[in-house]
Amino acid sequence: MTWENSDTTDPHHLRRITVIWLVLSIVLDLLYWFLVGPHVPPGRMTSTAKADQFDFNVLFVIALPVLVGIWEYMAYSIFAWGSKRKGVPEPVGGPTAAGNKKTEVTWIVITSVVVLLLAAFGTFSVVTGHGSGGGEGPNPLWSPAGSVKAETAALAGTGSWAPNTGAVLPVQVIGQQWKWTYRYPTFGGFESSQLVVPNNTEIEFNVTSLDVIHSFWAYQLEVKADANPQQNNVAFTKTEQLGPFVVRCSELCGIWHGAMFNYGKVVSQSAFMTWANQTETANAANTSNLPPFAWTYVPDANGASGGYYPDGKLTPYSTVETYGSKQPGS
Amino acid sequence: MSMGGRLATVLGLFLVAVGLVVWGVATLLTPGVPGGVVNFTNTQAAGQPVNLTVQTVGAIGFGSHPTWVSYLVKDPRTGQWIHDTSWKLPANTVINMTVLQFDSGSPLRNQEWGQVQGTVNGAATLNGKSFSVYNSNTGNGVGHTFAIPQLNVSVPLVGVNSNANVCGAGPCQLSSPHNVETFSFKTPGPGTYNWQCFVPCALGYLFGNGGAMSTQNYMGGELEVVG
Amino acid sequence: MTLSAERPNEVEVYSHVPPASTGATRKKGRGWLSQHVGTAIVAGFLGYIFGHWLGNMISSGYTVEVNTGQNSIADLLALVFMVLGWLIGIGALNYPLAKLVGREPSSSTSSSAPTLEDDVGGEAKVDGELEGWSRYFRYNLDHKVVGLQYVVAVLMFLFTGGLLAMAIRTELLNPTTHVFSADTYIKIVSEHGTIMMMMASSVVVGPLGNYFVPLMIGARRMAFPRIEAFSLWVFVAGYMVIFSALPFGGFPTGWTGYAPLQTQAGPGMVSYLFGFFVIGLGMMAAGFNLLVTIINYRAPGMTWSRVPVFVWSILATAALLTLATPVLAAGGLFGLLDKTVQTAFYVTEHGGSSFLWQNLFWFFGHPEVYIMALPGFGIVGEIIPVFCRKPLFAYRIAAAGMIGVALLSFFVWQHHLFQSGIDPDMRPLFMLTTELISIPTGFIFLVGMGTLYRAKIRFEVPMLFCMAVYFNFLIGGVSGVFLSDVPVNVTVHGGFFVLSHFHYTIMGGLIFAFMAGLYFWLPKMTGREMNKKLGLWHFWTMFVFFNLTFFPMFFIGLLGQPRRVFTYAKNLQALNDFSSVSAFLLGLSFVIFVVNLMWSQFIKPKKAAANPWDSLGLEWQTATPIPPHNFDRIPVIMTDPYHYSEEGAPALAYFGEDDHVPVRSGSSTSGDGPA
Ligand code: HEM
Ligand SMILES: [Cu+2]
Ligand SMILES: [Cu+2]
Repeated sequence: MTWENSDTTDPHHLRRITVIWLVLSIVLDLLYWFLVGPHVPPGRMTSTAKADQFDFNVLFVIALPVLVGIWEYMAYSIFAWGSKRKGVPEPVGGPTAAGNKKTEVTWIVITSVVVLLLAAFGTFSVVTGHGSGGGEGPNPLWSPAGSVKAETAALAGTGSWAPNTGAVLPVQVIGQQWKWTYRYPTFGGFESSQLVVPNNTEIEFNVTSLDVIHSFWAYQLEVKADANPQQNNVAFTKTEQLGPFVVRCSELCGIWHGAMFNYGKVVSQSAFMTWANQTETANAANTSNLPPFAWTYVPDANGASGGYYPDGKLTPYSTVETYGSKQPGS
Repeated sequence: MSMGGRLATVLGLFLVAVGLVVWGVATLLTPGVPGGVVNFTNTQAAGQPVNLTVQTVGAIGFGSHPTWVSYLVKDPRTGQWIHDTSWKLPANTVINMTVLQFDSGSPLRNQEWGQVQGTVNGAATLNGKSFSVYNSNTGNGVGHTFAIPQLNVSVPLVGVNSNANVCGAGPCQLSSPHNVETFSFKTPGPGTYNWQCFVPCALGYLFGNGGAMSTQNYMGGELEVVG
Repeated sequence: MTLSAERPNEVEVYSHVPPASTGATRKKGRGWLSQHVGTAIVAGFLGYIFGHWLGNMISSGYTVEVNTGQNSIADLLALVFMVLGWLIGIGALNYPLAKLVGREPSSSTSSSAPTLEDDVGGEAKVDGELEGWSRYFRYNLDHKVVGLQYVVAVLMFLFTGGLLAMAIRTELLNPTTHVFSADTYIKIVSEHGTIMMMMASSVVVGPLGNYFVPLMIGARRMAFPRIEAFSLWVFVAGYMVIFSALPFGGFPTGWTGYAPLQTQAGPGMVSYLFGFFVIGLGMMAAGFNLLVTIINYRAPGMTWSRVPVFVWSILATAALLTLATPVLAAGGLFGLLDKTVQTAFYVTEHGGSSFLWQNLFWFFGHPEVYIMALPGFGIVGEIIPVFCRKPLFAYRIAAAGMIGVALLSFFVWQHHLFQSGIDPDMRPLFMLTTELISIPTGFIFLVGMGTLYRAKIRFEVPMLFCMAVYFNFLIGGVSGVFLSDVPVNVTVHGGFFVLSHFHYTIMGGLIFAFMAGLYFWLPKMTGREMNKKLGLWHFWTMFVFFNLTFFPMFFIGLLGQPRRVFTYAKNLQALNDFSSVSAFLLGLSFVIFVVNLMWSQFIKPKKAAANPWDSLGLEWQTATPIPPHNFDRIPVIMTDPYHYSEEGAPALAYFGEDDHVPVRSGSSTSGDGPA
């Protein structure tokens, strides 16, 4: 480059920087990919956890050279061009120092290419089901085979799930201030405050809320979906390992938001079947008090006795039954 | 001004500022209710069940929010009703709860809370009768729940007839209509666990979950479990 | 050697003030009975009482207010009248009201101080004195006074927010044992975030923007001095409004104020919504004023290719302030209606939508994020050449980068809502636009790194802060790319990873840049040097402990800790404690800053040279203290201000016939002699 060659006695800074950068980047990237990458949170418990971990690692090996490059350059400039250092030549001003077409164009081209590649990679990932553990609203971009069938059946109350059928298991997640509860439409629509899911199964989480916005974050499952009132926010994941996982709320929902967590578990398909059948029987009395399974419920927006909107009883603009209350008015 | 004068001025102003800040923090960040924690340790010999009595009242009648619904707890030593929902409990001990429910009820928003959960033997008694599921769509409905989410404890507190002469200001006397519920749960190891009510009972707030439901010492609090 | 030493006739240069206004006729008798902060406080207090009474009167029978036992209508009206009273008390409304009834208040000020506008033919009069320290407590129209007033105001915000941050970190020392009750903790987090965001939206634009933009573009004043003063006093009023949330019981929503939690919250929420509205007024006013000033008040010859990068950054920021803030203000008004008269803009069950607030908020919120980044870019771009003794590398790219960021920032807001359940078809688009923004942001790095290349770097305190901005912002920016990737966003959204990300950009970027700016420009603003030794202590503690505080938060986030929680997994305690202890030490670093500020500005001030850093910028070419009119003759700009180390470079500006000692051409690093 012109400004590089303007002073022949000067060391070839850029070349030196580039070599150090290349070596550092390659070494660190390799170390990262093989030593750190496989352990990146949230682990490899589900298909989405694996996919998103892969994406994270791809981004990281691209990011590392960028970090290394700038930091190394800055460190180099501090050591090589600090005014206290002996023999630092007087800088040269003028047009050559005020800009350099080649450098500028190179920089713009490289950053643009990297950025566009990242966007392309991200888009490709999304379309192929990475990130499907994130809430996508009622009409997901990507959904696993069989999910539509499972949904339709669940809504009609005819859904069923059995081990070794490969069927998708719909689980409804209901957020309310300040606890998660779960409904299993394929098991009579019972509701539980425990989240148990079978292994090696595609799970469809249907997340909704009875009041404010919450966010369902099943950490190890790599599922995160906001729970909105009046909306069915769908997230998918396929379980691949047995074990417990944490559920937290990750959208501020008021005083006990910090305490809005519980533990779920992934169990074998047969163990799940046993648990589900038992709970269905045990909760039968309570299930009959619940409203029929639906994607969303209209809570009594006035609260049991809240009365924020003046009319007092049922939600004025809705003819639907309010969640949980089978007798009109409170 | 001399340098000493300036130094003194700056330091003086600084001290005033610090004083204001400390005062501000002290007054604004600590709730304006009887402070401290009600201590239930050492009320019984170690390992013996601890008795804890609370009442719910539709409007507390005193303090900074007299119209708010609230729990009150009976001081284990003096027998007085206190407005404080932070309780210190011994670890790994059975707590025998007695709830005097003076408030009226309504259908639950989520019937899940109609089930008695997490208590010793999975049941509670209502006026002496044992039950494990309560259908809030019938009768007087449920007024509040006593729930400790992290321990999966949840008990519906059945309301009194709202047409009866409901107690209007705490602490309520036993002469007012009320339901008595009892149940027991076992404390886990040491730690802080929150408890709350799951009936959106804060009048005038959207979804009934603001106000008393969102302020400690009314419809929720902390259990400080110590070893 | 400094510039002023070479310009013995400097005093003369600025002695061309018309004789009638040389200060001899300064108005006497504007004692403590006239309008100043004191009267404003009294009037604000009276307004508060009146508003509260009025609200209680009109809504005493209103069921919701009666049932809740908290009257949000009264609280809102109290705040509205408090702000009105404050503005009346400070004198902000004297002129507009007098003008409204056809009486220009010129008679009352005719004998008063020389006015800025006397010279420039403007119609407005200065309301406060031009000299004397009491002008800092009054409604003053001099942009230099307002700039310094802004410094005090933003520091007040910053320290309040900082104390609350210490409280947050105290609570997070232990995963289960609590220092604060749950409601108090949420209140603290929300108040910290909101105060900080309000502060950050003005932290550079207010103090340095108002102070230096006119000086840098060769203007004598801002385009609308009254709007400039208004923006400051309204900003301070905003502080009182948002602070009032604490005595009102706080608000539980965090700084994002999501509805319908917002609709459910108590009266503290009114302070939040109205607070953002008030702050928004100030932001719009300041932005609009700067925009007009930069476009119209540039000195002759100050073409767009000669405008300093700091001015470019303020231009871009001002455009964002003007265009984005109204959305927030309107959104806040909807929220206030929901809260006071039970409309249902944000309540889905009643025909509104909770997504509406999220979209309105982030449609403002994302540009706001760049409102909090661009001025920092401008500061580093302005300072680095001075300490490198080299021209700014790729000036055009720097300007293009800022404008590019500003434009793109309107098209990315839904990346805050990837998991919220919005239409998923939009996700690739918002992922793309978000990642595209790193291209113009990268320009800023190109500019900085290019300028460092083969420079001779003087590591003065401002320069160190600038280097730290690049260090921190790099981490902030790169972590942003992770957040923008939809699959990875599932892992990192809503947790401490984001928290760390935005602290790296806002605190590590903007606040560090603000500190660079203060250390760099305070000598010009106050004529007093900052102590270098204390400055170095401040820098190193702030840099080290900032990173030690926030870097662990990336891991805390990846390991699953959500934002705004008071309980967390036990295995995260070590990391949290490490972060907390570092945060306390970071707090101490700010104490060093305050000590430095007090020591070198008040207790033992040392006179600063007119151009201590030997800068070529136009703002340094005036005397210190800066004469009331900035430039006696409007300079004619000949070139851009970055001709460092250039033999035979053209003079920056032409100051008039009798002042042909030109601005130094910057032919060498040591500053000897004009070319
Ligand atoms: C003294 C240095 C600071 C420390 C130690 C600190 C610490 C924290 C912590 C721990 C939280 C999060 C609590 C949580 O979500 O659980 C937080 C939130 C936040 N901070 Fe800071 N902070 C500092 C300075 C700043 C600055 C300078 C800004 C902006 C200019 C800022 C803006 C915010 C915002 C916007 C939030 C989010 C609040 C919310 O969740 O709504 N902070 N801070
Ligand atoms: Cu939450
Ligand atoms: Cu309750």
